[in-house]
Order: sequence, then structure tokens, then C-alpha cells
Amino acid sequence: MSYLEYNAKYVPTGLRKVFYLNWPLVLLLTAVTGVGFLMLYSVAGGSFSPWAEPQMKRYVLGLALMLLVAVVPIWFWRSVSGAAYIATLLLLVLVEIMGSVGMGAQRWIDLGFMRLQPSELMKITLVMCLAAYYDWLPAKRTSHPIWVLIPVFLILLPTALVLRQPDLGTSILLVTGGAMVMFLAGVHWAYFTAVIGLAVGTVFAVFQSRGTTWQLLKDYQYRRIDTFLDPSSDPLGAGYHITQSKIALGSGGWTGRGFMQGTQSRLNFLPEKHTDFIFTTLAEEFGFIGAISLLALYALIILFCISSALLNKDRYSSLLTLGIAGALFLFFAVNMSMVMGLAPVVGVPLPLVSYGGSAMLVLMIAFGLVQSAHVHRPR
Amino acid sequence: MRKSPAEVGESHTRLTRRALLLGGAQLAFVGALGLRMRHLQVDQADQFRLLAEENRINIRLIPPARGELFDRNGVVLARNEPSYRITMVREDAGDVDDVISRLATLVELDPDDLDRAMTEMRRSPPFLPITVADRVSWEEMSRVAVNAPALPGITPEVGLSRYYPLRGDLAHVIGYVGPISDYDLSKIENPDQLLRIPRFQIGKVGLEGKMENNLRGKAGTKRVEVNAVGRVMRELDRREGQPGDDVQLTIDQQLQSYTQARLGNESAAAVIMDCQSGDLLAIASSPTFDPNLFVEGISVPAYRALTENDHRPLAAKSVQGTYPPGSTFKMITALAALKEGLFSPDDTVWCPGHLEVSNRRFHCWKRGGHGHVGLTQALRESCDVYFYQLALEVGIDKISAMSTKLGLGIRHDLPMSGVAKGLNPTRDWKAQVRGESWVIGDTANASIGQGFVLASPMQLAVMTARLASGLELQPRLVKSVNGVEQAGAAPQTLDINPTHLDQVRRGMYAVSNHRRGTAYGSRIIADEYRLAGKTGTSQVRNITAAERARGVTRNEDLPWNRRDHALFVNFAPYDTPRVAVSVVVEHGGGGSKAAAPIARDITLQALYGGTPPLSAYPSKDRAKIEEQQEELDRLVPEREITRRNRA
Repeated sequence: MSYLEYNAKYVPTGLRKVFYLNWPLVLLLTAVTGVGFLMLYSVAGGSFSPWAEPQMKRYVLGLALMLLVAVVPIWFWRSVSGAAYIATLLLLVLVEIMGSVGMGAQRWIDLGFMRLQPSELMKITLVMCLAAYYDWLPAKRTSHPIWVLIPVFLILLPTALVLRQPDLGTSILLVTGGAMVMFLAGVHWAYFTAVIGLAVGTVFAVFQSRGTTWQLLKDYQYRRIDTFLDPSSDPLGAGYHITQSKIALGSGGWTGRGFMQGTQSRLNFLPEKHTDFIFTTLAEEFGFIGAISLLALYALIILFCISSALLNKDRYSSLLTLGIAGALFLFFAVNMSMVMGLAPVVGVPLPLVSYGGSAMLVLMIAFGLVQSAHVHRPR
Repeated sequence: MRKSPAEVGESHTRLTRRALLLGGAQLAFVGALGLRMRHLQVDQADQFRLLAEENRINIRLIPPARGELFDRNGVVLARNEPSYRITMVREDAGDVDDVISRLATLVELDPDDLDRAMTEMRRSPPFLPITVADRVSWEEMSRVAVNAPALPGITPEVGLSRYYPLRGDLAHVIGYVGPISDYDLSKIENPDQLLRIPRFQIGKVGLEGKMENNLRGKAGTKRVEVNAVGRVMRELDRREGQPGDDVQLTIDQQLQSYTQARLGNESAAAVIMDCQSGDLLAIASSPTFDPNLFVEGISVPAYRALTENDHRPLAAKSVQGTYPPGSTFKMITALAALKEGLFSPDDTVWCPGHLEVSNRRFHCWKRGGHGHVGLTQALRESCDVYFYQLALEVGIDKISAMSTKLGLGIRHDLPMSGVAKGLNPTRDWKAQVRGESWVIGDTANASIGQGFVLASPMQLAVMTARLASGLELQPRLVKSVNGVEQAGAAPQTLDINPTHLDQVRRGMYAVSNHRRGTAYGSRIIADEYRLAGKTGTSQVRNITAAERARGVTRNEDLPWNRRDHALFVNFAPYDTPRVAVSVVVEHGGGGSKAAAPIARDITLQALYGGTPPLSAYPSKDRAKIEEQQEELDRLVPEREITRRNRA
């Protein structure tokens, strides 16, 4: 569809766009972020610094960016999708070359006022690019091997770069996120079956390669897998994170210890309590009720995105919305699985709640795209 | 690319289908997460809550205050003082060297201690506090506290440390405490948790070591909330421990300090015992050392200086040193002979200066001989031939039995380190240990306390006290534990004919009151405090015939360690004995010259309960004694020793 086609039907313009925003989604995002502020305030020992205040500022900035992105017509975003993808890819190459070193992996570019993680950005631009690709591709070619290989290549290229950093968590998110968009676009079942089969084979190979010269993962990644499989094997070493995380989470009980009463996070038993493991603080302080509420908020965001996607008439908007919802799902699903001992600790933050600039801004921009698709839907 | 409406419609339907499918899968996963959450937070909540408590709460031991030591009048002999030390947590310090260099500007750091601390720090987990400076003054402590922000990881801490206000005066009796070592721990089966506290002070030597179980006390506990690195956040509750038992000794601190000063730098020992109760009033050994040096661990050079000193300051000669008792043994030979009825005190022996025993000539110390001597004269002038003669007729078995009765060759039960058994030789002993049969010459030697006989100053004091009192006195060092009197059984009457004891005592009286007595120069002229004693001079080498022909070399001309030991035992007052004293001066020369004056001074000090009046001394000695008293007063300045009134 083109601009003219959109114009044939009623599309809000100017300030009217604001009324057509997906306001429930904005409220949901604010609610989730608000939970984040509370938890960051709590883990800092009842203080806005060093985490809650910067996080709030970033949210305000993020909200502004979201609205800005939302009022720009979706067809503009569609047209720049490929360029955005290529630009992000170049940034990834750039961090590979000159990125500063942090946490043992090169992941960000220092912009002065914030550290930009191109891998975060890539999660969104990849979805944009794939959505644009499938919007352009005639439906009957979707399952054609050649036309399947192209998106696979589009996915694997950044994944390989991210894996080199090395950032296993983001790599998994990129592959899974990309695969979701391909699945939604209607690629044949057989491909997915084949890939899953291949993945199982790869896992097997990964374990087989351990200790040999062609070892596929880093030692620390193997150790994380080991401790995931048996956390008690090394309770004070690598398994410490998972064990402590489960203790904090479990000790919350039904209603939790109360706001700012979490002993485990307060006494530093939890690692990265303000980033990857912030969910455990929430679970400890607000108990099962608090934890399930946050989970429900995330589920509602996804439901609103799906309903918005289904109402969208054009393929790009739908795929983009669903892809972003899928990315959000992957974020929190992996993070929660991780802290609950269902997945290895791969370093995925809890979206919108964990402290972190790039992740927050990128997600808000992504939801700006969702909003843009929602606003510019022909009615 | 252009798309037909049908195509668009079809693809849209497929997208909707797949979107719903994926959405459904996502929600199913969310449901699974919810279930997992429920499982952890509801079903297993109790278990995890317990684990969280364990994480959070740490039980720490509170070291109990060690029992204090007092003398018989309540003077503090060992107490606990607040000791300030500075600890460091490597993890919190960051740059350890930087912090140490900053600390060094505030506190004097001993390089050895620092080296030890650094080694310890490298070996232990980063969050454990390591002591970097011990015994820090309060001023230094406050400087550190004020500068705390510039010293990350540094914590000033207060603990209790042992302090011996008398320093060397009672070092050999009390001993000392020191930081527990791995070696100490390895010797203890099933050690108290307390002993696992790094550098916990335990009694190492002497009474501190022997009565460790009484003195240590029981640890209290406190429950503290700790964070993940083990740092204490707050205290939750505490259960006080039980302080160690206070121990009161029979020692009289003033007499002890005086005795120690009187012995001076001689290699000597003196024991003063109460003749009625057996209480040990003073147990001195010199030279001495400062036990405070050992409390925090002694430095290597200081320790080497102590061990390499040929006067052996670390040895408690009073109980550990055994010496041939020499002529102080003669009372035993006399009593054995009297008991057998072979002699009456008036029977005389002809002393030509020597006696032939199985073709060997045994000399009397007086080359010209004493002529005809009876018991009193023999003791008074210490005639060797008289006692040879007695012994040859009585035999070693009877002498040995008498010796045992008077407390020689017995390890007295005292809470001190290395209490010696001495040696009371018998036929069996020689056969077993030396594999030789007893010869008559051995008996002759034993009769004058030479040869195989060995006794400690403690045993000689016990012997003298028993002779004086006619009671089987046991030496007692601990008067009370935690205020409970530690009374032994009432002493039994000695199984010795009192008449015989009187006869021997009369001889001893003559020793220091008859103008021909060997210790006449060291007499006491105060009538109520007359002293009865016996000198002893024991050889540490054999005098060869050639030497004897040349004339026995004078002690002063021999190297120190070849000179004779000087001994003196006495009791006083003669009529109603109150104290028994034994003095041994290693390589001091003659007993009458080196040991007897010391014994007299100590005796007078004990009887008068302080500096005696000069009128107790013979007039010709008074000028010298006055000078000596002044000097000792300077040496033993009035100490500020807090007294604690004991209920």
C-alpha cells in the first residue's frame, strides 16, 4: 500500500493523531516502568540515586521519543527499514573494531551522554527489516527456498556479530525474534521443523565439542550451562547466582516481605540486583502476588499488540507489531526463566524494569513504531 | 511488487492464524512462568525462607573474659585490658598497598607484623578481617577512626588482651598466654569453637597453661545479620558467655617481688613456704623475663635473646631445675640414722678429713678434719665424714625412704610447667636406669647430697617445711578458684620421731647461731625470729686427685659454669616455725657465702611482712644491709597494683 492508498481511507492527521494513539498500551508501559522505578528505589536502599532517578529521566525521554515516532507515518518507517538495518549492522561492526571494553565483552559505543548498544538496536531494526521484506515479497514466494534464505541471512549476519562480542543472550533473542517474524509471515512449517532438528543437533555438537580444539562456546558459557543443569554443583561459584536468586524469589511467599524489606537483595546476596536480577527483588518484596501482577502486565501488553496487529490492514504494520511484541515476550520470558532457574543465566535484562539506558530507549522507540502502525491504520 | 487482492486476503488470513497461534504459545509460556512462580513462592516458600535466614544470619562467638589472677591479698597478677587493634578487609580496601601506606602515616606499623598480616591476607578469603596492627594506643586508634573515610576496609576494633602488671616478677609461676597456633590446635581433641577464633589467646605455659580450662570461660554467641560478603550489618541478639574463673594464688606479691629483686641477675631460685599450711608465699627464679612479650606473639630476635642467654631466663628453676642438694641433704641422712637407733646424737665420729670406703678416699670439705664430732657439731660445721660414717651403717635404702618422707623424689602436684620429680636414688633405680649395681661409694656420695641425688628448690623447701613443722605438708599454690577456697586435706603428722626432728633442728639452729656454724654470718639476732638453716655447696664437677694435691681451685678462679652451686635451706622462727625457705644460686660458689644471706633477707622480709628493721641483723652487717635495702627499694619501686577486695 502506498501513501495514496492510505489516503483513500480515513487516516488521522496532525494533532488528531494523539487521540488515536493506543492509550491503554501507553498506560501499560508506564505501569511496568513504574514497577521498575519502585524496585530500583528499593534496591538502592530507599534512594532515588543511583538508579531510580536516571531511569525516570530516561523514561520521560523514551516516552517523548515514542510519541515522536508514533506521529511519523508508518510508511515512512517502512521505507527506512532497510537503511536502519544496514546502519545498525555497521554500528555492530564499529563496536567490534573500536568499542570500549565493558564486562569482558565489547558491547557499546560511548556517545557521551549514554552508552549505545547496537545489539539492542538490532533487535528492533531486524524486525523492521524482516517486516518490510515480507511486505514486499509476494505471498506465494514466501516459502520458496531462495526467498527463505535471504531473511535467514539477514538474521544470521547480525547474530554472528553479536555472538562475537560475545553476547549469547542477545544472539538467542535475535535468532528467535527473527524466526518469529518469518513464522508469522507464513514460511512453511517444514523449514521450522528442520531448523529445530538442526538446533538439537547443534546443541549436541556444542556439548561434544567441549574440551576439544574446536570448542564452540567460551568456557564461562559452558560453566553457566553446567550450573544451570545442576546449580548445587557449585553453590558459591557460578551456581551462586541461580541459587541465591531462587532463595530470594522463594522466600517472598504469597505476599512478600514488604516494600524495601527484602533481605536478600538488600544484603547483596543477589548479583546484578538492579539489572538482570531485579525480578527477584520484586518477587521477594511483593511475593507471588507482585510477581504474577507484573507477568500479567506483560501479558496484557502482548495481547494489546496482537489485537492492534490483527486490526492492521497492511502486512508491514502487522508483522512489525507482532515482531516487537514477540521481542518483548522473549525478553521477559528469558529473563524470568533465568531467575527462576528454568534457563541458564545468559544476561538478558527484564524489559522496561531493569536499569539500563539503551534497552529502555530502544524498547520505547519500538513501541513508538507499534503506535505509529496503530495510529496510521486506515479506518 | 503488485499484489492481487486475493493474494493479499489469503496472506492476511494466514498471518492472523499464525499470529493467534504464536500469541497462544506465548500466553501458554506466560502461564508456565506463572506456575513456576507459584511453585517457588507458594509451595516451596517455607524452605526458601529458611535458606534466606541462613544466608542472612550468622552466629558469631563472643570471646569470654579470661579469669583474672590475684595474689593472697587480692593484688592483681594478671588481668584483661582493652586492646585496640586495626583490622583490614582486603575486599573492601581495594588497593591494599595504597591503604596500608596511608595507614602507616597514622599508626606505627611493625614491619614484621605487617609481613605476617600480608601473608595471612593472601591466604584467607577476601572478606575476612585480618589484624594489621595490634596493641594500638588509644590516640592512634582515634586517629584511624577520624580518618576512616580515607581508609576503606580498615576497621578499628576493641578486644581484651592479657596484661601482667608484675611483668617478670611472677613470670615463671603464672607463665603467659599467647595466640593459639595450629600446633596447639592439633594437640587438642575436639577443640572448643572459641579456639578457632584467629589469634585467640590461650594459656601456653605455667599456671595460665595448666589451669586453662578454669581460666578460659565459655563463649557467648551473638546472632548478626550479614550481607553476602560477610560484613556485619546489625546485631540481632546476643547470649552472654561465662567469664573464666578468677584464681587466687597463695603467693604474696610483695614478698615475691622482693625475692625476685633480691635474687637479682644471679642464675638462682628461691621458694618460700608457709610452715603451717604449706602455702607457697613466693616462688622466684632469676633471671626472669617479661611475659607480656609473649601475649601477642614474641618477635624472633627477642625470643632468641631469651633462649641464648646462658642464665636461662625462661626456665622456672624453682620447680624445673634439679640440683644435687649437697649438705642440705644431711638432715635426711641424720634422721635415717637416728630412726635406726644406730646413733645417738651424742655419739661422736672421728673426722681426720677423709674416710676410706672400699679403697676409695672420700674427703671432708675441711682438709684438716673436724676431730671428734657429734650430730649437732656435724650439722653445724657440715662435717662430711660424720655423714659418710652414718650412711655406711644405715644403708641407702633407709636414707632413700627418709628422703621420700620429706618430699624429695616426688613430683609435687602444682599447676606449673615442668614440675621436676628430682631423683631419689635407690638400688633398683641404678639397676634399671644405669644397668649397674649399687656400690658402697654411691651411698657415701648420697649421704652428703652428691652423686645421684637431685632435688629442685621447691622440693628442698618442702623438705625444710616438713622438718620444721613435723607435718606432712603439701605445697599449695592455688588458694581459691572463683572465691571457692581450694583447701587440701589437713596435713598429717610426719611418721618421724619428734625427738629426732628436734635433735636435727637443734643442729640447724647451730648452723646459723653458733659462732662456728657455717651460716653464722647470716644469722638473725632478733630473738623472736631466730633462724635455723643448713648450707649446701654442691659440686658440678669431679675434683681430681691431682687437683686436690695442688690444693682445690677456688671457685672464683673457675669459669662461671664450672663453679659449685650454692644452696641454703632454713626455717624461722626457730621456736615456732612460720616459714621455710630454700635458695639455690647456680654456680654461686659456697652456700654460706652466696645463698645464706639471700635466704636470711627473704626470711626476714616474710616474717616482718615488709622491710625488716636493721636491728634484726648483726650490728656489723647493718651498714651493708641498709645500703642493700635502699638499692632494692629503688629496684622494687612502689608499684601501682590495684587491689581488688574479695568477698
